[in-house]
Amino acid sequence: MPAVAGEVRVFGRPFERGRGEIAYVPQRASLEWDFPADVLDVVTMGTYGGLGWFKRPGRTERERALAALDEVAMGAFERRPIAQLSGGQQQRVLLARALVQDAPILMLDEPFQGVDAPTERAIVEVLDRLSDRGRTVIVVHHDLQTVPEYFDSVLLLNVRVIDAGPVAEVFTEDNLRLTFGGRVGMLAQLKAAKSDA
Amino acid sequence: MTALLTDYTLRVVALGAGVLGATAGALGCFAYLRRQSLLGDALSHAALPGIALAFLVTGSKAPLPIMVGAGVAGWLGTLAIGLVVRRSRVPADSALGMVLAVFFGVGLVLLTVIQRRPDAAQAGLESFLFGQAASLLRADVIVMAILGGGCLLALALLWKELQLLAFDSAFGSSLGRPMTLLDGIFTLLLVIAIVIGLRTVGVVLMSAMVVAPAAAARQLTTRLGSMVLVAAGIGVVAGVSGAVLSSVVPRLPTGPTIVLVLSSVVLMSLVLAPRRGLLWRRVRLRRLQPAAALDPVLMHLYALSRQHRDDPDHGHALAVLRTMSPPGSNLERALADLEARGLAHVVGDGLWAPTAIGRREAERLLARHSGDRP
Repeated sequence: MPAVAGEVRVFGRPFERGRGEIAYVPQRASLEWDFPADVLDVVTMGTYGGLGWFKRPGRTERERALAALDEVAMGAFERRPIAQLSGGQQQRVLLARALVQDAPILMLDEPFQGVDAPTERAIVEVLDRLSDRGRTVIVVHHDLQTVPEYFDSVLLLNVRVIDAGPVAEVFTEDNLRLTFGGRVGMLAQLKAAKSDA
Repeated sequence: MTALLTDYTLRVVALGAGVLGATAGALGCFAYLRRQSLLGDALSHAALPGIALAFLVTGSKAPLPIMVGAGVAGWLGTLAIGLVVRRSRVPADSALGMVLAVFFGVGLVLLTVIQRRPDAAQAGLESFLFGQAASLLRADVIVMAILGGGCLLALALLWKELQLLAFDSAFGSSLGRPMTLLDGIFTLLLVIAIVIGLRTVGVVLMSAMVVAPAAAARQLTTRLGSMVLVAAGIGVVAGVSGAVLSSVVPRLPTGPTIVLVLSSVVLMSLVLAPRRGLLWRRVRLRRLQPAAALDPVLMHLYALSRQHRDDPDHGHALAVLRTMSPPGSNLERALADLEARGLAHVVGDGLWAPTAIGRREAERLLARHSGDRP
């Protein structure tokens, strides 16, 4: 992903690819899934960063990939060709591939886009566990309803940064109106929820 | 085929075509998976002016200078495509078509100019258009084997990087792999694979050697390793049989012969491949056909259950259902199938009722038959 402008700093240092600081989960739809690989092949790709040139993944890499598959509850699918996966399963495989990288920061681009409810729950659980283990999880997300439930902090973006900080402080009616314009049905619901509380 | 064992010339020809088939088939898989199949076509057509210029400069048809000329021209062709795509609003496929036509046109003009010259050295240069395997010499095959072997070795060494390049290049970059460099390396390998086939298959049909084995192999395999092996195998079989056929039958050009062999392999794999093939899908659809026969029984159950709306699990006797069904229909089998699909269940001895899902399915069918969309 090329930067349009500006500079990226990670842990205070200018960002450089390949240091293993960020594991990235792309949008599921950005990939061609009719590809000759099985689930384990794809998850094993997460270990390639630690392997040098010419080195093939071995038993250690395979075991790490299997462990990550178990973590997203896809252990039974290791030999399933990826062309036969459902959308939710594809998303879990991509998440497992990022887990294998064992990076301190995990970035996910719209991981809940078009996945089934059980997958969404499973993904949230995995992300919660990562967060408990002290990892930073950054998610590009468009479902306003679930923001307060899933996340601790939020950054509202509409061309430029509207506001950023803890969900309780930033996820307010005014900020949402600034971000999305006047057409946010969520606002009424937020209000209703507040008056209930 | 015994001639293959005894005839030295034929053996040289077959070996060359085999090396070419393996290299083009293996590398073609990556081009196919990256949706770059047309790149092979553009590359091979763009090589023609390079061949002609190399001959004009060196005055000989020795394999190495010709291949270098062809390779450089093909490489310039890809650079030109990249330039057009980056600098203009012309989409990639049109840029490909433009570059292919311009380079090929220039090549044809140069070829015509050369053929007008009085010296005899130029004779046979036109065989680069459609390929002439019989003209392969030992020196050609040695160069082909070295270059082709080098390509396959590079493929094996860069396996996981090329796998990343083909499946998820952005992810490869995020791992810190130099994907742009790898893209360049891959294009170079593809150029080499095409260049070694130009004398045998010809610039016009060389792209088939790249695309067709991969297309057939994709139908038959589910993992990259097996796909590459199968594609290389198909390439070898097609290359050898085409080259041998065209060497034995006088005046049969090699390129079209190989392409005909390849086309039949592709056609067979499209039709016969397990799971992905047309025949397989047809058979599976046929197996699903009895579903239609289930509908009437489900509808009868639904109609009966409507008479007991307050008690959806009220059982209906087999005998009643039988009077509703046409004579000779296999009611037990249909009910068992309905049960297997979760549409009906047994509620007592010989008593059946539709499940909630079954009732909804019946309503859906009714809505469809009455013409509204569900």
